[in-house]
Amino acid sequence: MRITQGCFSFLPDLTDEQIRAQVEYCLRNDWAIGIEYSDDPHPRNTYWEMWGNPMFDLKDAAGVMMELDACRKANPDVYIKLIAFDSTRGFETVRTAFLVQRPKVEPRFAMTRTDVRGRSMNYTLSTVQP
Amino acid sequence: MENNKEIKGKERYKSGVLKYAQMGYWNGEYEPKPTDIIALFRITPQEGVDPIEAAAAVAGESSTATWTVVWTDRLTACDSYRAKAYRVDPVPGNPGQYFVYVAYDYILFEEGSIANLTASIIGNVFGFKPLKAARLEDMYFPPAYVKTFKGPPTGIVVERERLDKFGRPLLGATTKPKLGLSGKNYGRVVYEGLKGGLDFMKDDENINSQPFMHWRDRFLYCMEAVNKASAVTGEVKGHYLNVTAGTMEEMYRRAQFAKELGSVIIMIDLVIGYTAIQSMAEWARQNDMVLHLHRAGHGTYTRQKNHGISFRVIAKWMRLAGVDHIHAGTAVGKLEGDPKTVQGFYNVCREAVTHKDLERGIFFDQDWCDIRKVMPVASGGIHAGQMHQLLDLFGDDVVLQFGGGTIGHPMGIQAGATANRVALEAMVLARNEGRDIATEGPEILRAAAKWCKPLEAALDTWGNITFNYASTDTSDFVPTPAVAAE
Repeated sequence: MRITQGCFSFLPDLTDEQIRAQVEYCLRNDWAIGIEYSDDPHPRNTYWEMWGNPMFDLKDAAGVMMELDACRKANPDVYIKLIAFDSTRGFETVRTAFLVQRPKVEPRFAMTRTDVRGRSMNYTLSTVQP
Repeated sequence: MENNKEIKGKERYKSGVLKYAQMGYWNGEYEPKPTDIIALFRITPQEGVDPIEAAAAVAGESSTATWTVVWTDRLTACDSYRAKAYRVDPVPGNPGQYFVYVAYDYILFEEGSIANLTASIIGNVFGFKPLKAARLEDMYFPPAYVKTFKGPPTGIVVERERLDKFGRPLLGATTKPKLGLSGKNYGRVVYEGLKGGLDFMKDDENINSQPFMHWRDRFLYCMEAVNKASAVTGEVKGHYLNVTAGTMEEMYRRAQFAKELGSVIIMIDLVIGYTAIQSMAEWARQNDMVLHLHRAGHGTYTRQKNHGISFRVIAKWMRLAGVDHIHAGTAVGKLEGDPKTVQGFYNVCREAVTHKDLERGIFFDQDWCDIRKVMPVASGGIHAGQMHQLLDLFGDDVVLQFGGGTIGHPMGIQAGATANRVALEAMVLARNEGRDIATEGPEILRAAAKWCKPLEAALDTWGNITFNYASTDTSDFVPTPAVAAE
């Protein structure tokens, strides 16, 4: 299944040129870009692996794209996303995030229903790797 | 005006009736203290009533005054308890109307209570005979008072982190028809909308626990839909479960059940009252719940410019009271809303400091003292064909709700949801690329519709639908032509 996390998952996968334009948007806003990757896109899997720290001092989109290429080479068949961090007081959080690589075959999620009291149900979601 | 001058000493307390201005509720030289709370009223005095005396009456009746002199004032530090009208300006272009500024010492208000604040500010004055009409236009709250409120339990930042959704407006839809569906049929609509690409589905304001669908059925089927949609998309999804009920006890019971079922969000209606809202905010804070407020009923007092309360004041009260979402208008949809005035409401909800901006109806600089930001919700008669206008007007931190625009889609609910999500993502992508979406928007949508049939169908169905009616609630301050041309 095609998971639809991130800002642009309903569009066709972004080309490198399109990714670069988004990177430039983030840099214009003075956001630091981080690269993260994971083979487990469970919606509650908050902490993907970091491809280094967010690039606070990198102001050039070409540099970000080089890092992204390096991450792709090292991790060719997992999810990779770009994340923009804003340190402005009152935000101090992620301002945009979008997928820039998917595995060739994406996992799916199994939903387990557990009957509890009355007609209530407990739901558990787990990632099923292909 | 000599007879508006405050009378002091023994003469002031002779039994009988004095003018409010003479009793000390008008002081044109008063400089508000940094700790004063300020209310700005628009008043329309009866024929022949001096606007300054009318202003003093508003100050008097919203603080210590009664219609006659009472000697018991002399037992108190009464001057500090008297609200002071200190400025009266004619409303531009509206003869007979005046903007009246009234300052209140902060001792007059209990900490952390919207009920107490409003009992003073709007308690008596709106029915006062010497006024034909009165409207509370705006308020300023000093930091010392703001800090007595906890504000939104979740706020925009934490809501986004919990949902793992960044960089774009959130998408929602209200389940329709709003009355009559059984729980099972209702949950079907929720599932289709969420699977198709929406982040949230929503109960409508009047969905509570009627004979056709009791609340527990609704909660159970909706959470089945939410979890299943999450499993088939890999995204966090939610449904605003409306817990509005006849008593607090019942609302707590419903909220508790929503929590046990794993809902990320619950919903209340404005008509439950300010104290009930603050109680639910407290509950939401204790239970990691996003609190959605539907502004049901506000149109009865916010819409007419000469009488009532501006929605910007309601928005300020609700940010203090502590809601995470508030319906704040669409400007382009079916419901009342001048674009600039609506942007003013959004700024009240979202900014760390709201700056004075007369064109948007904001009369005061307001520091929100780091209390969290409220996510405004645009809902009512909007569709995918307006995506560029919505994004241009409101930016990223907003929930765009397309009810009819999702469920009424010719190819079905999922397709309707997908059309909205694709339109949104295409527009955000284009905006970030530096394109001028306000003018290129229709072209950007048509380009995406070339590969997205649901969007093409949405544009073909609704592309030309607009709601162009004159707004009633507009700013009285229009920019000069020179400014507008910039």
